[in-house]
Amino acid sequence: MAVFIMRLFKLSVPLLLVLGITVEAQSPTKYGVGRTPTDAEITAWDISISPTGEELPVGSGTADLGAQLFLEKGCAGCHGTNGTDGIAPRLVKRDVGVLDNPWDYGRILPIRSPFATTVWDYINRGMPLGAEGTLTADEVYSVTAYLLYLNDVITDDQMVVDQDTLPAIQMPNRDNWAQVPDWFPEEPRLKGYPY
Amino acid sequence: MSSKKTDRREFLKQGAALASGAAVGAASQSASGQLAGPEAFIQGSDDMVAYGSRSRFVNSQRIPHGGRHSPDTFGLDFHIATPLQDQHGVVTPSSLFYMGTTRGSYLPDIDPDKHRLMVHGLVDNPLVFTMEELKRLPSVTRMHFVECAGNRANSRMTNVQETHGMTSNAEWTGVLLSTILEEAGVKDGGEWIVAEGVESVKGASTIPMIKAMDDTLLAYSMNGEPVRPQQGFPLRMLVPGFEGIFNVKWLRRIKVVDRYYMTYNDYGHLTQDPATAALGYQIGPKSVIVHPSGGMQLPGTGYYQVSGLAWSGGGKVARVEVTTDGGETWFDAEIRGEPQSMAHTQFAFDWEWDGSECELQSRCIDELGQIQPSRQQAQEFWNTPEGERLRVRGQDNSIQPWRIHSDGSIHNAII
Repeated sequence: MAVFIMRLFKLSVPLLLVLGITVEAQSPTKYGVGRTPTDAEITAWDISISPTGEELPVGSGTADLGAQLFLEKGCAGCHGTNGTDGIAPRLVKRDVGVLDNPWDYGRILPIRSPFATTVWDYINRGMPLGAEGTLTADEVYSVTAYLLYLNDVITDDQMVVDQDTLPAIQMPNRDNWAQVPDWFPEEPRLKGYPY
Repeated sequence: MSSKKTDRREFLKQGAALASGAAVGAASQSASGQLAGPEAFIQGSDDMVAYGSRSRFVNSQRIPHGGRHSPDTFGLDFHIATPLQDQHGVVTPSSLFYMGTTRGSYLPDIDPDKHRLMVHGLVDNPLVFTMEELKRLPSVTRMHFVECAGNRANSRMTNVQETHGMTSNAEWTGVLLSTILEEAGVKDGGEWIVAEGVESVKGASTIPMIKAMDDTLLAYSMNGEPVRPQQGFPLRMLVPGFEGIFNVKWLRRIKVVDRYYMTYNDYGHLTQDPATAALGYQIGPKSVIVHPSGGMQLPGTGYYQVSGLAWSGGGKVARVEVTTDGGETWFDAEIRGEPQSMAHTQFAFDWEWDGSECELQSRCIDELGQIQPSRQQAQEFWNTPEGERLRVRGQDNSIQPWRIHSDGSIHNAII
């Protein structure tokens, strides 16, 4: 019945108005199950950062500060003092000079990722191991800046990295990756590929 | 002693006397096929009454996949493979279901009463659901496989658990994501979703809206019980036919967005090659012979039922073919049961082994007409240079060859 009333409400509001019938405020959804979160709840839960960085929180940091945090927050314990020789993944490109194809630096997030926001997002959500989510926004900006600095993506360790400057940082692979193809149901995965 | 018990005892005695002729026959028959002794019954216990367990003679188990120990140095569970060789039929027991995690993760210990799913972003009505509320909504029950992108065979592997153990199949019950998104009302421009788990790394993947609205399922039940913690208790996403990592576990949040978000999980799919990018989404047609398979031993010549599993991310399995001569001649295998979309399907083939060395293979053809390739076919298609190590592009769906030696031993024949 409730569903019926809501359907009526949804489809025939002008009709109801014409008839002079008032309808009690209802959930605008079909089933009326679930509740509306507050804006504060959404903000607290939403840790997704888009490549253009709209959701980045206000804050700032520098590579210089990040170098200190890298030691203090235990990053160095797993990734090595220089980010090159730990039991956790390497964070710095190998010393092979400047490559024509930055892809050849290897699968190292702060050099391969097309967007600096992905680096920020991953540190923010997934690091440090065992204490994920404990870094402040300022600290995440600084650690991100430090990793970009170690990989020569930024060259000034005093550069202020914040919600505006971070998304503008030009990663070497910014346009150097295969866009995810359009996907459609009930179609082969790749045209012209029989397998 | 109660009279009731005496009566029952008398009754049993009489019954035994009446049936003595038959009973003797049965006992002698049983003795020929069974060891006598105290192991012939399992002592009843409150635990066994409350929750059954398998026979102590069954010790099938999962193994760490790809040589990486699990749990690892940090105590993180990483990738673990299901013992396909011990499975008959298409349902993977939940306790043996393969497991993969985003980066390796501590298993979250979630109180379902406190768990919430939030849907927000480009929607008219952001919503938060409790588990009870999700269970009030219309549900569907479907068979679906999940397969890890790392389910990639090589010549060093010896058995089917190593070559193919990173896929499993279960019956899932839950709410279609389309139901939830229709409740929330997707706004114009909402062409993607970002789905996120609650585990320590909060693994998140970007998925096209067309897939989210097509058949993506938010599952709370698996094989008749709540989804297990290693599979995402209390709520996981099933993105049928897509690579494993998209099937976000411990699901807590879905954000409707207008662009590809390049999450850390998405970054894992990053490639320079558009073909590889396309082949890294939807899983291709694939099959493997499970009985018999690598590491097994044929006891002698004669009849064997060859059976295995076939599946495709493109839909239903249309046909499975089997060869016993290394690909010279192919025969149609029998499909067991009604194939389901994006679900493991069992096939079987009657085979008489004459004792000579030979090679068994199977290949899957799905309802879209996609054909499972041999490694050589894939290599030729991509013009892989001679001598270069072959890596099948995207998800590896190449044919698995099993070589039967004349002594009946079975070996992985990937070169």
